[in-house]
Formats: sequence, structure tokens, C-alpha cells
Amino acid sequence: MVVESAPVSDARSLWRVRLGLAARSLKQNWSLFLGTRIGILGLVIICFYMLLALAHPILMNTVWDERIYDPVIGFAFDETEQPAPPSLSHPLGTDPLGRDILSQLMFSARSEFLLGLLAAVVTVCIGTMVGATAAYFGGLVDMLLMRLADIMIMMPGISILIVLSALMEVGHLELALLIGILSGFGGTGVVLKSQALSVVVKPYIEAARTSGGGTLHIILVHVVPNLLPLSFLYMMFTVTSAIFSEAVLSFLGLLDVRMSWGLMIHTTESAGYLLQVGEYWWLIFPASLSITLLCSSFYLLGRSLDEVVNPRLRRT
Amino acid sequence: MAAYIVKRVLQIVLTLFVFLTIVFFLVNAQPGDISRLYALDPNLPPETRAQMQELFGVNEPLWKQYLVHLKNTVTGDLGVSFSLYPRTVADVIKERLPRTLVLFLTATVVSFYLGFGLGKIIAWRRGGWVEYTSTLGGVTLYTVFTPWFGLMMIWLFAFKAGWFPIGKFLDPVVWQDAPSDANSIFNLMLATAVILSVIVFGVFLVTSKRRLGMARVLQVGSIAVSVLIVVGVWLSSGVGYLAWDIVKHMVLPIATLTLISFAGTMLLTRNSMLEVIREDYVLAARAKGLPEKAVRDRHVARNALLPVVTSFVFSLAFAIDGGVIIESIFSWPGMGQTLVAATVSEDLPLAVGTFVFVGLFVLLAHLAADILYAYLDPRVRY
Repeated sequence: MVVESAPVSDARSLWRVRLGLAARSLKQNWSLFLGTRIGILGLVIICFYMLLALAHPILMNTVWDERIYDPVIGFAFDETEQPAPPSLSHPLGTDPLGRDILSQLMFSARSEFLLGLLAAVVTVCIGTMVGATAAYFGGLVDMLLMRLADIMIMMPGISILIVLSALMEVGHLELALLIGILSGFGGTGVVLKSQALSVVVKPYIEAARTSGGGTLHIILVHVVPNLLPLSFLYMMFTVTSAIFSEAVLSFLGLLDVRMSWGLMIHTTESAGYLLQVGEYWWLIFPASLSITLLCSSFYLLGRSLDEVVNPRLRRT
Repeated sequence: MAAYIVKRVLQIVLTLFVFLTIVFFLVNAQPGDISRLYALDPNLPPETRAQMQELFGVNEPLWKQYLVHLKNTVTGDLGVSFSLYPRTVADVIKERLPRTLVLFLTATVVSFYLGFGLGKIIAWRRGGWVEYTSTLGGVTLYTVFTPWFGLMMIWLFAFKAGWFPIGKFLDPVVWQDAPSDANSIFNLMLATAVILSVIVFGVFLVTSKRRLGMARVLQVGSIAVSVLIVVGVWLSSGVGYLAWDIVKHMVLPIATLTLISFAGTMLLTRNSMLEVIREDYVLAARAKGLPEKAVRDRHVARNALLPVVTSFVFSLAFAIDGGVIIESIFSWPGMGQTLVAATVSEDLPLAVGTFVFVGLFVLLAHLAADILYAYLDPRVRY
């Protein structure tokens, strides 16, 4: 096979064709996505929390007094009793330490998003590389990686994180990395490998190999891009599990974080308001509902993306 | 089949070995050693510190420590708990493992059955409001913040309604002058549950080849009879009220764990059913004029079961994690609650020992599920 260097104008038009194709498939997938309905619900909830997260620094710098509304060290001097019920100045009341609940909620939303995003990115990076290498090389590499994946899948994640938090200081960053490693080498890696298996037998891989493409080049340029749609789907599930694990661990008081939704419930628990759900609902419901809503919205989004990616689930 | 099981057992043993290695290096990756926890105390003379280090064996080379760790774990010598001194870790685990087993097994079996049954139905009625509400409800239950959900259950059914006790394993007032201790009663209950589930499984195995209506009657009839017999035996034994006290404490945690874990099976069954419905043999079954129920249960669901069982194997770890959280919310003194309590109180031997057992438990559950899968799908007996 003779490789001729293409003229510049051709290269540019090739890009235009590619962009056009991408735009068309995006449009098609978007209409499929709209058809699933549950995905839209998930997207709306995620956008709502994103707005909350974005609004927090703006509010802190304009309307809210830092001494009163700081999520960690603020104190509501304007209330006589803590925890204070919702009022105009504190729409969701204050916690037993006199801190504004809404401010805590909004401040934590940002770190939840960052945590989820980081965990998802780490998962996908590891998962695609594991999947692509296992499928491309096969044999011993495949076997080793898949046995490792078996172990990772069997690991009870929360229990590991609980034990690890006894051994070292676990903050948001460490948590995201740990979840990324567990899921990247585990379940996500296996799924992406099965997808990669169908990619590595395609003729263009053979073509790339005969035209002298190196192993790394083939994996990075030809295999990995074809895994990205599926890995995007698995990012959503990782975000769910990251937010969930963070909430559980900080609820148990095992995480080294300044403020998070789980920690808000931990504060409620340690102050002894946990079973007074009726009288002090604002201490429990905002944070718990936020965790549940954000987790399930990412999960819903993942499920509807699943229907977009997997044609067998579509309605006839 | 036998060769397959032997192969899986060997793999599990190998995995266990790797797992123990990982645990060892996790603990050893910490700065200092376990004895520093006490030996850093400035009031401690250096010779005492050396003595402690020798006692814990941390002055030995790493590979020797590793071998000792392996040997001790295999022989069940997991050390002495710091927080429950002088009880050994193995003793604590021996007491608490059955409690977790009951919680976990009951919830898993019930949630699998419930999830599969509901998933079947919602896949059959695709597109209606039933599907949307159950999908939404299922996802919410699946991703709900478990501690909060457990709390709501306690608050609603125990605190407000007063139907069940708030957490814990038993009511001390009831047990004040009980003729026997809680552990032996509980082990008897466990044995009863095992016998009962063997009977149920046998009934299903025998009746699965019969016609649908007939099978239903036989199943319900024989299960009802055996439940009645069991209840009768317990009532006449004189310790029935003690068992009833434990049962009352068990209901809420099991219900909560079931509710959070059935949704995963349900959603997956739905997807799997939707894929199978398109197969030609389903059309053929319909063309033969079989009733809808027979097509659904015998032709579609039977084949949709396989991927569900596969992913069920993967979700075992999820259920264990759910159990850990539920146990600590309900103060149910099982492995999960022990793990969390030991971690919070920095009782390292107990935490690591519990964790090793939780891992072992997951491995065994995997093995069981694998064998079940080989039974269901003759193609995997390689």
C-alpha cells in the first residue's frame, strides 16, 4: 500500500467531512436521547445543582456577609437560637453550630461535582487504557488484566474505603483517585475491553498496522477514540458511585473534608437531631435529598445514554 | 460440571491469596508500624518499646512478616481487638458473622426474586405509566443515600408508628431471665432458615417442569405447609418469644436492604427482557398460541435470566456495602457495624480482620453464584 501525502485542501475538506459526520450523529443521538425522557429529567437536575454551585461564590462576594454565611466558620448572629428554622435571611435555616444550611449546600455542590468529574476522568483514562491494551495484545496481558479486574470487581468498595480511612487521611482528591482506580481496573475496564475486542478486529486496525503504525499509535489513535462513547456512559455511573461513597464516608465521619453533604448529616447526627425529623427537617432533608437527587440524576443520564448507545434497547 | 467447580475453587483460592497480599501491603504501607500506636508514648521506656515491637513481630524483615500474616490469617489467628480487649478478633467475628449472613442472605434472595418478578412485568408493559414510575422509583431506590433511607425507615416505622424496635439486635428486658443466650438461639434460627430455604429451593426445582397453574399451586401449598410446621415447632419449644424478639429487630434492616438492592435487579431484568423479546423463538411461541404468561415466564424470562445472574454476581459487593451501611445505621451488631466501629475507634486488628472476612465472604458468594450460573447455562461448563 502506497501512502501519498494528501494536498492541503484535501486535508481541510476531510476535516469538514468529519465535523459534518460528527454533527449529524450528535443530532441523531440527541433526538434519541430526548425520546428517553428520563435522561432529560436527569439533565435538568444536574443543571440545577450546577447553577447552585456556580451561584455560591457570586452570592458570597455580593449579597452574603462572609462572617454569617461562610459554610464552615460562619455564624448566624442574627438568630437567637441555633439551629434556627428557615427564615427570609436563612431560607433553609441554620445547623446546630449556627451555620447557614443553604450556603453549605451550595458550597458542597461544587466539591461534589469536582469529585465526581475527577473520579470519572481517572476511571475512564484507566479503563480505556486497560480495555484497549487487553484487547489489542490478548494472551498473557489480557489474562493478567482481567484477573486483576476480577479482584477489583469483588472488592466491596465502601468497606475498602472505610479501612483505608483508618490507615491514612482520605480527602476528596484521594477518594476520587481510589474510586477511579477501583472502577477503572474493575468493572469499567472489563466492559471497555469487550467493546475494544470488536474494534481491534476491524480492517482499519489491520491497515494501520501494515502501514507501519506503532503499537502505542494504534491504541491511542485508532482504538481508544472508538471506546469513548461507551466510556462516556460509564463516566456517569462512576460519578454516581463517587458522590455516594463520599456522602457515606463523610456521614460516618471518616473523611478529611471541610464541608460536604454527608458531613452536614454527620453534624446533625453528632448534635443529636437525627431522629427529630419532623421538628428539625431542614437539618436532614436538604443534604440527604441533594445526595439522592444528584446520584440518581447521573444514573438516569447514564441509563438514557445506554439506550442511545445500545440499539437493542431502543423502541422499534 | 465438577471440573468447572474445581477450576473456580482454585481461582478463588488464588484470588484470596492476592487479596490477603493486598491487605498486608495496605497495612504495611503506613508510616511506622502498628506498635507505634502505643510505643510512641514518651512515658514508655525504650526497652518496653523494643519488647512490644518484638511481641508484634514488626522488627522482622518484611517477607517474614508477610509469611506470618498469611499463616495467621489462614489459621484464623487475627490478633486481639484493641477496643474489645481481651477478646480476640476471631472470637468477635465468630459471634457477628452469622448475624450478617442472615441479614445479607435474606435480603439478597428476596430482592432478587422481587426484582426479577417486577422487571418481568415492567418489560412486558413497555411505555405505559407503570414503566416510567417503576423506572424512576427503582433508580431512586438504587441510588438513594442509604443512611438517610435507613433513617427514614426507622423514623417512620419504629419512631412514629412504633411497629418495630429502633435498631439494635435484641431487647434486654425480654431477655432478662431467658433460659439460653442470644447466640445459641440465633444459631438455631439460622439453622431453621437454612432448612426452610432448602425446602423452598427443592420445591421450585421439582415443580419447574410442570404447567404454570399447577406449579403455582404446588409451590404455594408446600411452602405454606413447611412454614406452618416451622412456626409450630418454634412455638412449642418454649423459647419462641426470644426468637420472636430477634425477628422483630430483623424486619426493618432486612426490609431496608431489600428495598435498596432489588431495584438494580429489576432494571436489569427489564433491559434483558427487552433484548430477548425480539428473538424469533418468542414470535414462534406466540404463533403457537401459547398464553401470554407462558410466553413471558417460560420463553422470555428464562433466557433473560442469564445476564441478570451475571450482573447479580457483580452486584454482590454492592449488596455487602449496602449491608455495612445498613448495619451501622440500625446498630445491628454484624460485620459491617463492627468494621465501622473498629475503624472509628482506630482498632486496627479488628478492622483489618473484619475486612479480611468481608472479602472472604464476597469471594464465597461469588463462587456460589458462579456455580448457580453454570447450572443455569449449560454453555459455560468449559
